[in-house]
Amino acid sequence: MNMSVSIADAGLMARAARVATIAAKHADAVDAAGRFPREAVDAMIAERLLGIQIARSHGGEDADFSKIAELCSILGQACAASAMVFAMHHIKLSSLVQHGSESAWHTAFMRRVADEQLLLGSATTEGGIGGNLRNSICAITVKDGVCHLEKDATVISYGDYADAILITSRSNPEAASSDQVMTVFLKEQYTLEKTHVWDTLGMRGTCSDGFLFKGTAPAEQIFPKPFAEIAAQSMLAASHLLWSGVWHGIAADAVSRAQAFVRAAARKSPGAMPPGALRLAELSNMLQTLRSNVVAGLKAYEDAKDDPDKLASMGFSVAMNGVKICSSEMILPIVNHAMLICGIMGYKNGTPFSLGRHLRDAHSAQLMISNDRILSNMSTMLLVHKLDTSLLG
Amino acid sequence: MNETIRGLVTKFGGLPVAVDQIADDADLYSAGLSSFASVQLMLGLEDAFDVEFPDTLLNRKSFSSINAIAATLTQILDKRDVA
Repeated sequence: MNMSVSIADAGLMARAARVATIAAKHADAVDAAGRFPREAVDAMIAERLLGIQIARSHGGEDADFSKIAELCSILGQACAASAMVFAMHHIKLSSLVQHGSESAWHTAFMRRVADEQLLLGSATTEGGIGGNLRNSICAITVKDGVCHLEKDATVISYGDYADAILITSRSNPEAASSDQVMTVFLKEQYTLEKTHVWDTLGMRGTCSDGFLFKGTAPAEQIFPKPFAEIAAQSMLAASHLLWSGVWHGIAADAVSRAQAFVRAAARKSPGAMPPGALRLAELSNMLQTLRSNVVAGLKAYEDAKDDPDKLASMGFSVAMNGVKICSSEMILPIVNHAMLICGIMGYKNGTPFSLGRHLRDAHSAQLMISNDRILSNMSTMLLVHKLDTSLLG
Repeated sequence: MNETIRGLVTKFGGLPVAVDQIADDADLYSAGLSSFASVQLMLGLEDAFDVEFPDTLLNRKSFSSINAIAATLTQILDKRDVA
């Protein structure tokens, strides 16, 4: 096994760092008001970060998941909501990049995303189905080359702000609930009637309101591949790896704040070890565990990405699910540990060591595709899949 | 072999349609085979044919239709005969 994971190039990281500076400036205001991180997303557009995953031949930069995950982490250290919008856009874009090249419409749309820096939204959640995205109640209808879909989408992240929405449904009104397709609808092709307001503990800036979606578009905008294949071959890995990048960013910023607190204490009392110093060493180990987990996941993806059979295998699915469980469970103790170090300065809002936003944002991780659902799927697969017991895989 | 497989799909597949309505090459997932049911089916197949599916064959494609399941089983049984 080749252990190297490509590192984001300096130019890309510098662009992301400029976006992060803007995102950090507005993070508390975005969180307090539960508003869309407009400034940060405008900066992503200005730095042309929304199209980087697309092939150079279609106007993009060929950025792989490792680079994008690094960017998610950089943004996550500044504003988790902005980073999550960036991650979710790229998760949808991965479906387009990996499954759209066989269709002329989707290929042309990819070029538009790169040229015009379009923001892609997602509508997989549905009333009556919840987060089980591999099932749909709603069905798309096709007549005379035109498709129509209505969906009670209980969550569409940044639905009001997306330029296009990739939405799942049954493939036709007679299809089984698992016989799904995904369709791209452009902003001018759908209406959204708000049904739920996103007023949450954390990740408030993602504005993941609920909507009644009604769309009509040319039928060629339906992805030619079944959604089951798209979900298995690109969405599973993209979601768990890019989300984990964001969560690593939240955790890393909490650790940075704790370290800054300890260093400030050390400077104040030269010669004496500050009270939080030992905990900081523990915290550094915890962050290393989280980072190792994400890096191993990115490596597993790099190894499998060119082999559709491997991507569709249970072993890969178990590995990606494991990455999600581990990173979503690790960030809470990390932020908590950082708060023990920073004490009241971490608990209070508006200090350089405040960790309330981090803690609230971190709580979303275990719920975004509930860990219980993921563990249940894993436990089913482990009835037949035999775990890889090698160290390097 | 296909008849035995059909029997197991009936028993474990939990499909909304009768299995005799499904062609040998029809997609079982489109017919409503859930991932949980597919694993139950795999366990049933392992038991009935006294085999263990290697991880390389544990993917959607291997169990996507009655014919695909038969091909997957044949691949394992042939290898065993050679050994």
